[in-house]
Amino acid sequence: MRKYTPKDNVQKKAYYTNRYHVVPSVPTFAVESDEVFAKQLEILKAKVAVKSAKIMLGQMIVEINAEDNFIALETLKNECDYAMLSEMSAVDYLAKNGNFEVFYQLLNLKDVKRMRVVCRVAKGQAVESVVPLYKSANFAEREMFDMFGIVSNNHPFMKRILMPDDWEGHPLLKTYPLQGDEFASWYEVDKIFGKDAREAIGPENRDQAKIERYDTKRFSRVGYEVPFGADISKGETKTEIEYSKTLLVDYTKNSGKQLDNRK
Amino acid sequence: MQQPNKLTPFFENLNFERDDNTMVINFGPQHPSAHGQLRLVLELDGEQVVKAYPDIGYLHRGIEKMAENMTYNEFLPTTDRLDYIASTSNNYAYAIAVEKLLGIEAPRRAQVIRTMLLELNRVISHLFFVATHALDVGAMSVFLYAFREREFAMDLMEDYCGARLTHSSVRIGGVPLDLPAGWMVNMRAFCDKVDYELEHTYNALLQENRIWKMRLENVGVLTPEDALSWGCTGPMLRGSGIAYDIRKEEPYELYSELDFDIPIADTNDSYGRYRLYMAEIKESTKMIRQLILKYDGTEPQLMAHAPRYISAPKEEIMTQNYALMQHFVLVTQGMRPPKGEVYVPTESPKGELGFYIKSEGEPYAYRLKCRAPSFFHTGLLQEILVGTYIADVVTIIGSTNIVFGEVDR
Repeated sequence: MRKYTPKDNVQKKAYYTNRYHVVPSVPTFAVESDEVFAKQLEILKAKVAVKSAKIMLGQMIVEINAEDNFIALETLKNECDYAMLSEMSAVDYLAKNGNFEVFYQLLNLKDVKRMRVVCRVAKGQAVESVVPLYKSANFAEREMFDMFGIVSNNHPFMKRILMPDDWEGHPLLKTYPLQGDEFASWYEVDKIFGKDAREAIGPENRDQAKIERYDTKRFSRVGYEVPFGADISKGETKTEIEYSKTLLVDYTKNSGKQLDNRK
Repeated sequence: MQQPNKLTPFFENLNFERDDNTMVINFGPQHPSAHGQLRLVLELDGEQVVKAYPDIGYLHRGIEKMAENMTYNEFLPTTDRLDYIASTSNNYAYAIAVEKLLGIEAPRRAQVIRTMLLELNRVISHLFFVATHALDVGAMSVFLYAFREREFAMDLMEDYCGARLTHSSVRIGGVPLDLPAGWMVNMRAFCDKVDYELEHTYNALLQENRIWKMRLENVGVLTPEDALSWGCTGPMLRGSGIAYDIRKEEPYELYSELDFDIPIADTNDSYGRYRLYMAEIKESTKMIRQLILKYDGTEPQLMAHAPRYISAPKEEIMTQNYALMQHFVLVTQGMRPPKGEVYVPTESPKGELGFYIKSEGEPYAYRLKCRAPSFFHTGLLQEILVGTYIADVVTIIGSTNIVFGEVDR
């Protein structure tokens, strides 16, 4: 029987895990251990409901409700000096919890502090765009939509950014295979020649090591050239072609040529 | 009129039949001064840009997806392909993020070598910037001179790690190799050479060059507010008068021990940014000179000692049973960092390069996000280009110093 592979998460898994293996965790600290963060968290708590807050590896991570993302970031920007949105994107937890984790990585240049605002977004749920606050979210939110399908409401130009506009599927989802899905493998063929041409053209061969022995349409070995499209499946004749002599270097002992005469 | 069909698409570069008298042109994706695969759709009113729409993704390789399906060590050479002008800074940004997650620190000698390589890569990248920027603007000779010096720098990289472009010269936990004999002598000579050429060639050719100043001054003006809002970092941010350098503010490796300045430019324009790049090359050579002195007297250990995550040195693997077993497990299964998430910013030559890694305790990262500075600088183009003239578009693209390997990832 074929081995069962879960379809909701096709990410590569460890092929072996010790049954006694205990996964350690990165140590986290209470927000109170850092004065600046504690003060900022108080300001934030006055505005929005904070689900959890901790400090991990020197950066504060605050979890809020997805509906509050705009107000939270507005507070942080205007009252806590988080002037820059360094990065924002999402993490796919659909297989585990049925939702995405959207994170906003913020930078406070004045106090040299970095924090992450995290919120959970259900499948199909949209988040409010933060472009009015941080213009850097313009591209980042488009990328998030492109990669995960999470729409940002009131974004000035909510379109795909890295993938083509007519692409189907969102590549960074855990359900999306690394090699691409059915749509991806026929994308060029469908677009250029139409779906009817699929059979005539055939699937793309991704085996980099594969060499078609009798392929005279694209490549032939030097010295064995035959007319275009000739059938050589019954055997091939060696042709004396002038340039083949220049390309094929004779490395036999008598020729005096060395394979590698570098220092 | 041409009859469009699927094989011969409609000639879409020019569109004259618009009501509002503007012309839409495609800039790229194969334009020589687009620095890669940037397609810029520009709406022009005469020669003035009314609307700019950067269309990216032509170099999208799904590196973040690949990262989820590769072990941590397997992924490291892939980071070379992000900002391929300064590969070591990508390797380092990734390695330091994983190291933070693991809670390990590279030994002193590795830190010295890493910092030196980072600064050498900064020089390589900045020389590349001034070369291509000048070439785009029309100063051909600067390109030739700058590439000559860059060639020496790449020779140094080649002497160290064997590669010229995709170095992979930093590993998680340290560096793979010690410096070869005589390398630092060459390095010092290179620093002298760069400093000399900086003064006598590049500055002599460009700094007070009338045409260069006319093309760059007051072109691509980026206010500090916009720079912050658009997420601009590195020379783009400092070119707008904000003195924020991660090496200084959030020091990593040996930067806290080094004596260097953060040059800023408050003219906010392309010329200021150009001056800033030149000043940064000088700071980099200054740092490399200090690092050469720091190398002597360090312990010869190159990789951190963390048997759970890092393989032992080769001699131990070949002589000790447990080291070999550990190495076998780490190579076949990959290291399993603790559960957690990390974002580590580093100052790459282009700006803030950071890796966000979410680990679930598996040998494969659950999510890896590469915060590439060029991605955000490309986003800026849609605003900064509006109102400029078509001739300045090339200057502004060159001035943002974007590399498409990391824009599209």
